Amino acid sequence: MTVEELRAVAQREQLRKQNCKSRILTCQAAGCISCGSKETKDAIARGLKEQGLDKSTEVIGTGCMGLCGDGPLVIVEPEGTLYKQVDPLLGSRIVQEHLLNGNAITSHVIPPDDPFFASQQKIVLEHCGRISAERIEEYIAVGGYEALARVLTEYQPQQVVSEITKSGLRGRGGAGYPTGLKWGIVQKAVGDQKFVVCNADEGDPGAFMDRSVLEGDPHKILEGMAIAAYAVGSSQGYIYVRAEYPLAIERLRMAIKQAERFGLLGNRIFESKFNFRVDLRIGAGAFVCGEETALLKSIQGQRGTPRPRPPFPSESGLWGMPTLINNVETFANVPPIILRGSSWFASIGTPKSTGTKVFALAGKIKNTGLIEVPMGIPLRDIIFRIGGGTPEGTTFKAAQTGGPSGGCIPEEHLDLPVDYESLATVNSIMGSGGLIVMDSESRMVDVAKFFMEFSVDESCGKCIPCRVGTTHIHGLLEKISCGKATQEDLALLEELCVMVKETSLCGLGQSAPNPVLSTLRFFREEYTSVLKETERFIPSTSNEAATPHAS
Amino acid sequence: MSVLTLTIDEHPVSAKPDETLLDIAHQNDIDIPTLCHLDGLIDVGACRLCLVEIEGSPKLMPACTTRPQEGMVVRTNTDRLKKYRKMIIELLASEGNHQCAVCVVNNHCELQNLAYAVGLVYVRFPYLYPKKTLDATQESYIIDRDRCVLCTRCVRVCSEVEGAHVWDVAGRGISCEIVADMNQMWGDSDACTSCGKCVMVCPTGALIKKGANVAEMEKETDFLKYIVTARQKQEWVGEYLKEH
Ligand SMILES: Cc1cc2nc3c(=O)[nH]c(=O)nc-3n(C[C@H](O)[C@H](O)[C@H](O)COP(=O)(O)O)c2cc1C
Ligand code: SF4
Ligand code: SF4
Ligand code: FES
Repeated sequence: MTVEELRAVAQREQLRKQNCKSRILTCQAAGCISCGSKETKDAIARGLKEQGLDKSTEVIGTGCMGLCGDGPLVIVEPEGTLYKQVDPLLGSRIVQEHLLNGNAITSHVIPPDDPFFASQQKIVLEHCGRISAERIEEYIAVGGYEALARVLTEYQPQQVVSEITKSGLRGRGGAGYPTGLKWGIVQKAVGDQKFVVCNADEGDPGAFMDRSVLEGDPHKILEGMAIAAYAVGSSQGYIYVRAEYPLAIERLRMAIKQAERFGLLGNRIFESKFNFRVDLRIGAGAFVCGEETALLKSIQGQRGTPRPRPPFPSESGLWGMPTLINNVETFANVPPIILRGSSWFASIGTPKSTGTKVFALAGKIKNTGLIEVPMGIPLRDIIFRIGGGTPEGTTFKAAQTGGPSGGCIPEEHLDLPVDYESLATVNSIMGSGGLIVMDSESRMVDVAKFFMEFSVDESCGKCIPCRVGTTHIHGLLEKISCGKATQEDLALLEELCVMVKETSLCGLGQSAPNPVLSTLRFFREEYTSVLKETERFIPSTSNEAATPHAS
Repeated sequence: MSVLTLTIDEHPVSAKPDETLLDIAHQNDIDIPTLCHLDGLIDVGACRLCLVEIEGSPKLMPACTTRPQEGMVVRTNTDRLKKYRKMIIELLASEGNHQCAVCVVNNHCELQNLAYAVGLVYVRFPYLYPKKTLDATQESYIIDRDRCVLCTRCVRVCSEVEGAHVWDVAGRGISCEIVADMNQMWGDSDACTSCGKCVMVCPTGALIKKGANVAEMEKETDFLKYIVTARQKQEWVGEYLKEH
């Protein structure tokens, strides 16, 4: 395919869309599907047929539209009317009243100035919920693969790296490592072959940002990876996606096939010398396989356990070759940066954390769903403006970011800007973007225990502090929770948390104590108030017999 | 190859870039406790006993997998490190079923020696008393998983040196276990050559010879160094092959 042919495809598709009198977009992402959006879509299609509108009106399934708590969501174009809670009955009413009679059903319309949408800024999710994920033509019609075309025809690899560096983009997989710097290292690294890997393992409980992008806009990831591959000099990419995401896998398979058919993956892309192929690798759902060195081992067919770094994957990754590994959301930011320029991107967010971040809002909050906000936005705005605050009759207590690796942020820190550095000052992390809101009902010891149980289950068992340490942290939390612990137990808990954090091999163990440490910092009285009187210490003989010391 | 200079515990030392901090410390008679490391096997940095402090780095680094850098300042024996080492052994002691008094390697056990070395006299964590299995189906040896510390020396020696790859780790986290041939009984393993290398490198009484009595069995790990060095230098290859 040539650049001209790409533009012709875009034009043809735009024309086709214009020729449709209306287009009805129905969200077919997991959230809406679970509340019946498939049936809604069928009902709308049936309604159109009955009314004889099926020739002039197109019904398509899209990725996540964001406000999952109010699903199934439907958009009627060209007006852009967004409907919430569209059951099959309402679906047929929309056909009858909105399309046929021209009257929107106002009781179910979400106004465009609704605060949920008004404070968001969409870059990663710009096409999510707007296009069909199953047709490459729709992606091309909204400017898809234009960035890849530009890079291959106008840029030297080094220029791509410096454009990403100038944008200030940082890795969205959790740690916030500067993306341009990583690309530069892989580009300069020496190896017979280099690899580009997309980390789509997304194992945090409650997180579904990456899944939404993969299901709603898979070509954007392929395009981002291809641009990265050109920049670092790779011809083979892998997407590591968990088996629990069957829809994302299906959409990716379809997207890869279509891109290959269009010559946008494969050999001599846009008639350049650049070749790039992408293969899927399906993970078995271990959280630790999201850790980059474990992920690479898993791709190689080995047991997914982390190894000490250095060497980092950028020097020695897949089969010992230099390997670039980035998160889904990181790759999704790449085409917009190329198209609109690094200074545009750098102007969004804060000087050190540029761009936007996608969050999955969950817990005790009115509007649950998927949002994208500029970095630096106060946490309060996310929870009270976009999220609508806690449900009636409950009061806000804490926000949890970063899942099992993050911390709980209390009311007094809600004006904290959401960026990598600020979150670290309150023992939390940006993480991949899970945000769970807790109300006054939540007991913080139990919250910490819940996350610790997750870490115990997900520890790979390779290193001693994490394997045994998390088990005992969980045991101590259990003891505190049921009122059987003493002051000594609490002191031991704190000592063990710091030890596990400082001595564990990988990020899982190093961050597993965070939920405990942050709740201890902000909600200490919830721990101390349930302690019982210290017992007199009597060393028991049975302990001696069991230590390795006894002979 | 260039030579680097660095400081370990206030001693200026010299090093080659491909050595590890552990190698360098040993050459200079600086003792760093280890468990998963064994000369001759590829290091995995798993037990975390050899963690050291490096000036300017916020993270503790395992000496067994960390390479030297010019001007590096390394500390191997600070109060923090000593405390963590003791806690690691304490955690191990609570994890398994280590009844030393009835163990064939009593007094010849690396775990026991480490406990002495770090001064562990009391375990503050509850014993987990896991239900573990013992497999005596192999003709000459026994694996008693109660005493396994998951150092993976057996896994590595069998795969890297003997080339049979009988052992693997199965499961996750606290339920990890060493299994033979994709979780078969050891006696049913077609791959096992009965060479006994795993038994010799096992730091505890988890892998033992049949027929040994309590406190009778001593392990010998030095053989490994000789095999590996000889292989690297091709000492078994005949003169003819060397010349051609
Ligand atoms: C236990 C653990 C789990 C992780 N899970 C993920 C994950 O699901 N997705 C992801 O992108 N990164 C995950 N990471 C971070 C990766 O190791 C790696 O830093 C990231 O993929 C790099 O991409 P980025 O620079 O684009 O953020 C995880 C790290 C740890 C320690
Ligand atoms: S910290 Fe936990 S998950 Fe990471 S290597 Fe150690 S045991 Fe495995
Ligand atoms: S059986 Fe012995 S050598 Fe093998 S992992 Fe267990 S303690 Fe280590
Ligand atoms: S000896 Fe270095 S981590 Fe075990």
